[in-house]
Amino acid sequence: MDYETTKAQRAAASTKIVIAGGFGVGKSTLVGAVSEIDPLRTEALVTNESEGVDDLSGVPTKHTTTVAMDFGRLTLAEDLVLYLFGTPGQRRFWFMWDDLCRGAIGAIVLVDVARLDESFSPLDYFESKGIPFIVAVNEFDGVPRYPVEEIAAALALPDDVPIISLDARDREQAKGALVKITEYALMRLRESLTVNAN
Amino acid sequence: MTPPVEPEDENYRPRLIRSYTITAGRTAATVELPMEATLRLQAGAEAPMLSPSAAQVLEVCDRRSVAEVSALTQMPIGVTRVLLGDLIEQGLIRIQATITEKSSADERLELIERTLRGLRNY
Repeated sequence: MDYETTKAQRAAASTKIVIAGGFGVGKSTLVGAVSEIDPLRTEALVTNESEGVDDLSGVPTKHTTTVAMDFGRLTLAEDLVLYLFGTPGQRRFWFMWDDLCRGAIGAIVLVDVARLDESFSPLDYFESKGIPFIVAVNEFDGVPRYPVEEIAAALALPDDVPIISLDARDREQAKGALVKITEYALMRLRESLTVNAN
Repeated sequence: MTPPVEPEDENYRPRLIRSYTITAGRTAATVELPMEATLRLQAGAEAPMLSPSAAQVLEVCDRRSVAEVSALTQMPIGVTRVLLGDLIEQGLIRIQATITEKSSADERLELIERTLRGLRNY
């Protein structure tokens, strides 16, 4: 096996970005706007919500519920596919987030200005895990528009976290958000390497 | 042991019954299988007798991710992982690289740069 073949096999063939935010904030809309396939849905079985997921011990009882995760796919190159995973919105399903976020490039936290409080917990999650994230304010029709600086202040966002506004239905704007989080993750990684080198 | 329930049965509840039985009680996959990891058929591998569920997974998995296999077979993600883990152990499929906790900074950097290039041209 020659060197190039070996190298190609070691290089990651797929990656992911997580789309988070409160229930009904437009996560699936954003995924659908850029995905090359109709968004797909995968499910995990939850047998005891207080103890987290164990999707196989699922003795069928009324206590068994499912948590659904929608995702989309973008083929970026012959050898690279990007998946977008929407997080389950409800707080009780947050144990799935660790699984979804492991190995992710970063996260986009979608925000609805009418329900800013729903964004606090997702923001706390990504901050505490050290996962790069940006905030994207989804501007629904008819919703008053506030300057993103005001929203950043209301969310108590750290200064270096990028915040943008977008229409989650618009492919180019959704793509712009993906570029933004990827650039930010790259900058964060380069910074950490510089710090370690010094 | 009761025979498998046929899908034609109106009372068939595929997800619950399958998840309880088809993995023989196992709850963890034998290999790490991130949601986004891509599966590939192993060239020249000879398929042994497989359970219908495992055969279904094998049928759809080539060049698809763990999450896609779960979605297309309508099996919960945990069940899908166990079945894929078995197929990997049997040498029928392999998993392509992804970024994990064990990846080096260089590997991360290379992946994010490739992603950025791809997104800009998307």
